[in-house]
Amino acid sequence: MLKTEQMVLNMGPQHPSTHGVLRLELELEGEIIVNVKPHLGYLHRCFEKHCEAMTYPQIIPYVDRLDYLASMNNEMGYAIAVERLLDIKVPERVEYIRVIMAELQRIASHMVAVGTYGIDIGAFTPFLYLFRDRERILTLFEKTCGARLLYNYIWVGGLSHDLPINFVNETRDFLNDFKKTVIEVNNLLSYNKIFIERTANVGVLNVESAINYGITGPNLRASGLKWDIRRNDPYSIYDRFDFEIPVGEGLHGQVGDCWDRYYLRVQEMIQSIRIVEQALDQLPEGEITSALPKRIKPVEGQLYSRVENPKGELGYFIVSKGQLQPFRVKVRPPSFINLSVLGELCKGHLIADVIAILGSIDIVLGEVDR
Amino acid sequence: MGLLDKEFSDDNIVISKVDDLLNWARLSSLWQMSFGLACCAIEMMATSASHYDFDRFGVIPRPSPRQADIIIISGTVTLKMATRIKRLYEQMADPKYIISMGSCSNCGGPYWEHGYHVLKGVDRVIPVDVYVPGCPPRPEALLEGLLTLQEKIRNESLVKKSV
Repeated sequence: MLKTEQMVLNMGPQHPSTHGVLRLELELEGEIIVNVKPHLGYLHRCFEKHCEAMTYPQIIPYVDRLDYLASMNNEMGYAIAVERLLDIKVPERVEYIRVIMAELQRIASHMVAVGTYGIDIGAFTPFLYLFRDRERILTLFEKTCGARLLYNYIWVGGLSHDLPINFVNETRDFLNDFKKTVIEVNNLLSYNKIFIERTANVGVLNVESAINYGITGPNLRASGLKWDIRRNDPYSIYDRFDFEIPVGEGLHGQVGDCWDRYYLRVQEMIQSIRIVEQALDQLPEGEITSALPKRIKPVEGQLYSRVENPKGELGYFIVSKGQLQPFRVKVRPPSFINLSVLGELCKGHLIADVIAILGSIDIVLGEVDR
Repeated sequence: MGLLDKEFSDDNIVISKVDDLLNWARLSSLWQMSFGLACCAIEMMATSASHYDFDRFGVIPRPSPRQADIIIISGTVTLKMATRIKRLYEQMADPKYIISMGSCSNCGGPYWEHGYHVLKGVDRVIPVDVYVPGCPPRPEALLEGLLTLQEKIRNESLVKKSV
């Protein structure tokens, strides 16, 4: 009888479609994937080691650099965790500005996810359209705090700066323009026949294994479970806004395939637009610095606090020994845990599908390796 | 710029120096290896995308080191990654150039003090031509870095080793 040998193929760490410095060890039977082993650690930046040496406010810049596509969300999660530890309440205006920033950042993060996913599959134009609009979000952030990517904007107990003049009008203008871009992207990419052929029925993740692997965020919702921490365990002022939680419906294939995971991000951008619009309407006048503590020195204790990041559930486990530095800050990174399902999703598919599946999981290596 | 200085009345003949011709060709189409490491890679992508448009300067991404002219080290270089970067650099064909983008690859950046895992500057494994400061540098800063590199290539010579 004729027998074939299994072949091992290395993908990465330098590969344009691994979204960073991830190395995948593929075991192949011909062109069919038998097993995928991700190798991590090429971007390990010892976040926990830094936290041992830094004071609470000094950690915020390092928090920025975890998931560098969603710095505002990371900062917000960290600030909320330390505020719960200190038991302080921030002014209304700060809460509203935080929500506006976090949702704009969610849109920006999903723009990169959707745009680069198009490139992975072979469509270059949506990337250009989305980055054109992403620049406008970054300009809004830059006017607010001076930085384009890593902000150090949301501080424990407040913000570093108030909103600039005319921010509300400029944001409204952007949102109105962006609604048209979403339609354009849908026509260019989402309903494109070639795109659907490449992504529908590929890498199907059912709800049971999604829960068993600890998948959160858009990947879990695409599998059909309505689970969003903004709704299920509300933090900040998210209970005041009216928004829907989209779930995967399997419009072009099965529920939880790559197309569902991709399209869910498009739908989430629309919901984020709604939240920002409501927050801009309700934005109160007031002080932003009144709750900023002079010295951050929580009493002994520990807590786990979680927020909904664009990638999933971002949790901070902080242990305080009553000093200026935390004893330990452990991060529960959504990307790292979402990546763990890759091996199961890829089994039985072709090599080219690995790219499609990896792109649809939407990982950021800064957060995977920390 | 020196290349088209001397022209005969017949437009098809141009006299130039070999150095000028080679340098002009080299600096006008620097193909960049599409290789992102960390946060700076997002700014590098933004530079290549619609608003800043790296393509204006002849820079387009190539996924293979064998076909690339420049490599932009964009992000934190860990010790584990350093050996891979060295190998990628060695796989590139001459002439090859390196732009070190951001504080991390310049000197270790925010991970300099406590980073047991970070290479304190990518110039410890490969020779860097242009350093772009910032954490992360703005796209304009990266464009400036590229223009500086083009200026450097313009002054190169086949016979004399450039400084």
